[in-house]
Amino acid sequence: MSAAARELGEGRERLLEVRGLTIGWGSKVLQTDLTFSVDRGEVFAILGRSGAGKSTLLRFLVGLEEPTAGHVEIAGHGPVDLTAGLPPFGVMFQAGALFGSMTVGENVGLALDEWTDLPPVATAAIARTKLALVGLEGAFDKLPSELSGGMIKRAAIARALALDPELVFLDEPSAGLDPITAREIDGLIRALNEGLGLTCVVVTHELESVFAVADRCIVLGDHGGGIVAEGDPRELRESTDPRVREFFNRRPRS
Amino acid sequence: MTTVAAPHAGAGSSDRAEPATFTIERSPGAVRLSGTFRTTEAARAWQELHAAVASAGSGELVLDLSDVKRMDGGVIALVVAARAELATQGVTARIVSTPEHLRPLFELYRGMERPAERVRRPSLGGLETVGDAALRWASELRDAVHFFSAVAAAFVRVVRRPRSAHLKELPWLVERAGFDALPIVVLISLLVGFVMGYQSARQLERFGANVYVADLVGISITRELAPLMTAIIVVGRSGAGFAAEIGTMKVSDEIDALRVMGLQPIARLVIPRLVALALVLPVLALVSDVVGIAGGLFVAVVSLDVTAHAYLLETRRALVGWDVWQGLIKSAPFGVTIALIACQQGFAASGGAESVGRRTTTTVVSCLFTLVLLDAAFTFTLRMLGK
Repeated sequence: MSAAARELGEGRERLLEVRGLTIGWGSKVLQTDLTFSVDRGEVFAILGRSGAGKSTLLRFLVGLEEPTAGHVEIAGHGPVDLTAGLPPFGVMFQAGALFGSMTVGENVGLALDEWTDLPPVATAAIARTKLALVGLEGAFDKLPSELSGGMIKRAAIARALALDPELVFLDEPSAGLDPITAREIDGLIRALNEGLGLTCVVVTHELESVFAVADRCIVLGDHGGGIVAEGDPRELRESTDPRVREFFNRRPRS
Repeated sequence: MTTVAAPHAGAGSSDRAEPATFTIERSPGAVRLSGTFRTTEAARAWQELHAAVASAGSGELVLDLSDVKRMDGGVIALVVAARAELATQGVTARIVSTPEHLRPLFELYRGMERPAERVRRPSLGGLETVGDAALRWASELRDAVHFFSAVAAAFVRVVRRPRSAHLKELPWLVERAGFDALPIVVLISLLVGFVMGYQSARQLERFGANVYVADLVGISITRELAPLMTAIIVVGRSGAGFAAEIGTMKVSDEIDALRVMGLQPIARLVIPRLVALALVLPVLALVSDVVGIAGGLFVAVVSLDVTAHAYLLETRRALVGWDVWQGLIKSAPFGVTIALIACQQGFAASGGAESVGRRTTTTVVSCLFTLVLLDAAFTFTLRMLGK
């Protein structure tokens, strides 16, 4: 087992390790030297204000962008290479990114179709179960355009879980939803984490979500300020660091 | 007249029917604004404000708002902008006596602060504009070459391992690009054959060479017009469609969603489209050959006193298999070209709807240009082959 997946104290095992990562495009650098890790079985939140680079960081974590500096390692497999086979994780994009020309069931079943030799009837059965897991039993034959915002996010989570990854990345899972649906999504993430032992990396700026779901979090500072805090969000709320207080107290610094 | 007392009166929250009556008076060292200022009347306010502050010279100017009853946000923005404009001319304009109910809005519009210095984006000179365009062009070219090499690599993989091809979509793509295009291809080919026959009829009639309309129509349709016309129709229908479809997938993260599932978007989206157009275009060109010749036949029979039998005999005599083959040989690369350009432009979309629209337009223009170039190259090469 590599260093990234080594056993830590108290039975903890590192699943995602990020070292000295620089994120940005071309000459536009958003953050530099980001170093953190996510343990197996935890819900880890990446926080920060709009424009701090949270979603960009997620793109680097899942291998959609190639780091110019630094290193991302998942489950000890070395740098993520999306062309090298089935990635060991699922991703839920901010707007869902469901394929508009396919039904919800086909969206969820796509990866199963591609990566297994299951007959269509078995793929459909698994897709239905995954949809039921997120409370969308009736949406199997619907097109994404027929779903509400909350349903699209749920369907996208179901699609991310299609091949039972041990890690899922969720980009703003509860943003833009009404408070009740947002809390339902939070409950779903917690249930998936507790029920399936799923490790979740959640990008969010919703404080209620953070307190509801996250075991640990990092806060990205503005203007390339790097990681300004790391730890249990409930403890970080009491931090004396003005940059952290500003975020957790929802108040801009005067 | 109603007195507006609400703190956000300027935002237009209350009585919309209140008429916009205002005056802007100039006195030495001061401009006095009074009355009710509405955004709907902002153009007049802007003009009068400009006229009033135009002769400010230098030094200090007071903008006195004590008699302002009401001022919409848009007009406040103009007052603040006029003050900033004056600052660039060396005039310090102070906004004074702002009525209490307007102060929050002025605060919001930064009217109470010192005017911010304007940062003007340096305009590019002629040389820089050319350089900038060249750099962008080079970057586009690099991306396109990168894309085409990725397609070539995917194609090689498919040839080596045909099972890796995602050809499930192929029948649907062939139907959409080919079968659905038949009515328009038939109609246009018929009309082009008809028009060609008709235009040449009068010239040929003068020499008593009526029957040679069959040669003219037959050769020009099969060698040039059928492949080119069908390609142009396919650019407008399928090329633009592919670019818009893939572009929308790109800007809505669907391409990235495929990638994070470990699926290869090029093998999945580009190869089937490329194969579909390469298959469909020669068939459409063949249909266009037949229908175009039928259009010429119609003209010959109706206006040139040539019998259908004679026309067909002459067509058969004039046309050799190579004429038809020339057209069909060209059509497959035309299809590949259209699919490549359309998919490349779709993948290059970024941002939002504007980019998808721009990429779709570029697809059509680039395809037409490239097709004509390719056609010229083919005509030359095939001629050199000695036929």
